[in-house]
Amino acid sequence: MDSYLLTLAIIVGIYMLLALSLDLQYGFTGLINFGLAGFFAIGAYTSALLTMLGHWSPLLSFPAAALLAALLAWPIGRVALRLRDDYLAIVTLGFSEIVRLVLTQEQWLTQGVRGLAGVPRLGAGWGNVRFNDMFLLSMLVLTIIAVIVFLRRLTNSPYGRTIQAIRDDETAVRVLGKEPARFKTQILMLGGAIAGLAGAFYAHYMTYIVPDQYVPLITFYIWMAIIMGGVARLSGAVVGAVILVAFTEGVRFSRGFIPGVSDAAMGSVQLGLVGLVLILFMRWRPQGVFGTKGADR
Amino acid sequence: MKLSTQGIALAYGDFKVLQDVTLDVTLDGLHGMIGPNGAGKSTLFSVLSGLMKSDAGEVSFDGHAFGHASPARRAELGLGRTFQIPREFKQLTVRQNFMVGPRKQPGESLVDLYLRPGKVKRFEDEAREKADTLIDFLKLSSVADKPAGGLSGGQKKLLELGRALMSEPRFILLDEPYAGVNPVLIEEISERIREINRERGIGFLIIEHNLMALNRLVSDLYVLDTGRLIAHGLPDAVLEEPQVRAAYMGAAA
Repeated sequence: MDSYLLTLAIIVGIYMLLALSLDLQYGFTGLINFGLAGFFAIGAYTSALLTMLGHWSPLLSFPAAALLAALLAWPIGRVALRLRDDYLAIVTLGFSEIVRLVLTQEQWLTQGVRGLAGVPRLGAGWGNVRFNDMFLLSMLVLTIIAVIVFLRRLTNSPYGRTIQAIRDDETAVRVLGKEPARFKTQILMLGGAIAGLAGAFYAHYMTYIVPDQYVPLITFYIWMAIIMGGVARLSGAVVGAVILVAFTEGVRFSRGFIPGVSDAAMGSVQLGLVGLVLILFMRWRPQGVFGTKGADR
Repeated sequence: MKLSTQGIALAYGDFKVLQDVTLDVTLDGLHGMIGPNGAGKSTLFSVLSGLMKSDAGEVSFDGHAFGHASPARRAELGLGRTFQIPREFKQLTVRQNFMVGPRKQPGESLVDLYLRPGKVKRFEDEAREKADTLIDFLKLSSVADKPAGGLSGGQKKLLELGRALMSEPRFILLDEPYAGVNPVLIEEISERIREINRERGIGFLIIEHNLMALNRLVSDLYVLDTGRLIAHGLPDAVLEEPQVRAAYMGAAA
């Protein structure tokens, strides 16, 4: 496999995990999580530090990354779910920025802005870099399949029905004798775990991580992916991640085709075009590629 | 076996929504509540079901003082309710709406879901059967697999009643069950309510503006006006009372 395609496949896979996490939270449960990048960062740094400093095997550091991301979602659930709906967006956005600032400041552990270099590749010592990347991609694909199987069972179950009921009308759920806060906290934690796993894959693929890789822009890219793919559909999250990467990479290739735009300005143009596509989607296909018409909110 | 309130009061600033509301209804009976728009009827329901906190007063249900119990806790003790403006789960089908109803579903626990699929399936099969029986009973079979968001106003009212019944309450607060329902169906809903009451012993407190239909259904009537209970008694007698006529027709009547 061409190494550029290999890179693309891995990035798409990591975005798929993030999109599945967000779709579970927003698409199925209606939770507005603007702090996905924070959970992604926690997963990345947890696995990187455990393997580098603690010499843990990735077999243990990946579950630890998922677990820590899930545990950090718990207090957010306890605090934010007492507030009105939209406050969750503010609290989670604040959370992800706090995570990024802590990673920047606590240099004794994270090396601050210099970042952590030399995160071990998956299967290091068994072959060359190319083998390591192929191995990571295989593990990533298996993880995505496992997550999809898990989420399919979840969303098609009575549990999935109740979280969608919470999304549609929380008050009605409460007077039926169910506590929405319990479900919402669990979903925040499950989504956090999936994003944490994505972070671990990212760290061991990049081998070099810095706090600035986990800015809110990453969160909003994933929001775009699920909106374009169609919310409350697992297939929508998967396809949305592909569209997102196809698009951001496609813009990169259009370099030179747009006269009068320098290479340096291209990054801004790329963001502008991404925004334009989002607007076009909202205008012409608000339900996304896979959403059903009339299901948009 | 009673639902009782003692001195319920609620105010928004200077505006008194409820004042000293004290009532007492049997859990196995059919009771009505009427009053002009803005009298505070729906607000009272929200206080009873725990969605709103009153400034003063106490609600007790079958001997339990509710105190600050959450809506979910009150529902667990057997108090169900419907809403004046229907709160259907829009994107779920009618059948799914009904099946959200049952309390303590094994399939709502992550542990049971993945480790005890057999138990989950048995409960789910039973719930589906119950839902289909009720859907049939409420004449919603033709739309059972349609998203609830697309139902007519009257159908949404029926869905709310059915969903509340699925949670197997002992007593249901019905907020305007006839609003938006066609006249033929109104008699039928009344008949259903009588049947549910007779056969399952479930009681109702019903807010309704359709006085004719309500009077035929309930054994006693409360009248709420500007946040106060101004009359209580047999339906026909209550409607003859001067203060009730004044509340409805204006002071001159």
